[in-house]
Amino acid sequence: MDKLLIRDLIKTFPAGRAGRERVTVLDKVSLSIRQNEFVSLVGASGCGKSTLLSIIAGLQSFDDGDLKVDGGDITGPGPDRGVVFQSYTLLPWLTARRNVEFALTATGHSAAESSELAMAQLRLVGLEQFADRYPAQLSGGMKQRVAIARALSYKPKLLLMDEPFGALDALTRVQMQELLTEVWERERLTVIFVTHDVEEAVFLSDRIFVMSSNPGRIKTVYDVALPRPRTPETHRLPEFAALQADVLRSIRAEMRDR
Amino acid sequence: MAKPRKKSLFSMQADVSPGGYITISACAFILFFALWWGINASGFVRPIFLPSPAAILTRLATLAADGTLLADIASSSYRIGVGFALASVSALAVGVLIGNYRFWDAAIEPFLDFIRYMPVVAFVPLTILWTGTSDTQKFLVIWIGTFFQQALMFMDNIKRVPPDFIGLGRTLGLSDYRIVTKIILPSAAPQIWDTLRVSLGWAWTWVVLAELVAANSGLGYRITVAQRYFQTDTVIGYIVVLGLLGLISDQIMKFAGKRMFRYGEKH
Repeated sequence: MDKLLIRDLIKTFPAGRAGRERVTVLDKVSLSIRQNEFVSLVGASGCGKSTLLSIIAGLQSFDDGDLKVDGGDITGPGPDRGVVFQSYTLLPWLTARRNVEFALTATGHSAAESSELAMAQLRLVGLEQFADRYPAQLSGGMKQRVAIARALSYKPKLLLMDEPFGALDALTRVQMQELLTEVWERERLTVIFVTHDVEEAVFLSDRIFVMSSNPGRIKTVYDVALPRPRTPETHRLPEFAALQADVLRSIRAEMRDR
Repeated sequence: MAKPRKKSLFSMQADVSPGGYITISACAFILFFALWWGINASGFVRPIFLPSPAAILTRLATLAADGTLLADIASSSYRIGVGFALASVSALAVGVLIGNYRFWDAAIEPFLDFIRYMPVVAFVPLTILWTGTSDTQKFLVIWIGTFFQQALMFMDNIKRVPPDFIGLGRTLGLSDYRIVTKIILPSAAPQIWDTLRVSLGWAWTWVVLAELVAANSGLGYRITVAQRYFQTDTVIGYIVVLGLLGLISDQIMKFAGKRMFRYGEKH
């Protein structure tokens, strides 16, 4: 069975001066994602990829269509879907460890259990020695590592990531991509990853959904047949470059048509 | 190569060392008192209009010795304490409502704006009509003077909480109540504290206003009585005391804020 199933999803926003007209941002979007799959949503800005992710998270409503996780309808946000936002959403008044514990106690874990699991998760992202630092004392990359640790800690069925590395510098970004592949390959999660960085999408994904804009639609789906585990060497494979060029061409063609 | 010219103290963005800063501030105070003393010494203004700093200090010392000063400070502080606490708690509740719910925003915010522009002073006769000249009337004046401003400032503090923080709470399945107590209030706490600090300054003004009009104790009351007997030294002395009390309470809150919200520091 599909982990996530979306059929004919329609989302409109109010527009115009009085807000009486509606503009369609997602038009009959359909896709399905299997258990343990890593998929990316790419497209030009304004194609609705972040809106789609937000709808899957349950943070935004939609007008029509079906949206199911493990066969059950999505009616709102919930701990079965963990989200890593682009902005650093570590709570600044809590240390790294307490930030992870916050998510664990919120999802019903006992205090003792939370503190144990939190340390284990921080170890997973290589931050156990920074557990007692406040977010202001961590670099951007470290903050997103804690955010990932926090989202993974309560074992959501789906991990939703909205351009999580978009605010990081190029070097840190590559490190984070490698860390994420490593964690994913070990934990076998189901991930939906929104990005506008095609190279990032190719490196991380099993499948890439290219979206077109005005209104947002799924335009093409690419299977990424690159071997795993993915390492820095993966970037040098000829198939990598070829696929990256294909995806990029598809997005560019879309932008030219507008 | 020519060395860049050293900026003068008066150029924009020129740096001043911490020691230099204190020296400059102290000079401003000294200059003020020297000017005052000079005016008195010249004999140009009669002491009944402007007593010398020394006369005022002597006067304050006498009032402190017989306990009047402390009793006045105590009754004014009590009124501020109660009035300000009532205003702050109710304003925070309203600020949370307006800041998080569009319905309450539409229902309350424009109305608050409307009342906010009414002069507090004009309410004083009404408060006497409603509650007499008891302490309740002082609480009411302080409440009217601070609540409406605070509610709007708290609303703004609450609205500045990053939406993704709230999104995080929702994806964790927290209830609205827990999102408010566990995420929104702690997140806005440093700004809420600043609002409290600023509005406490106004509360001092309102308590004195209430006491000037109708009271039988307190700093404002003493000022009215002194004015009746041409005790200008008491009037000015009490005004200076009010300034000092404001300064001290502000510094205490600033210090406490720094201690409480240390997590924002980079080291």
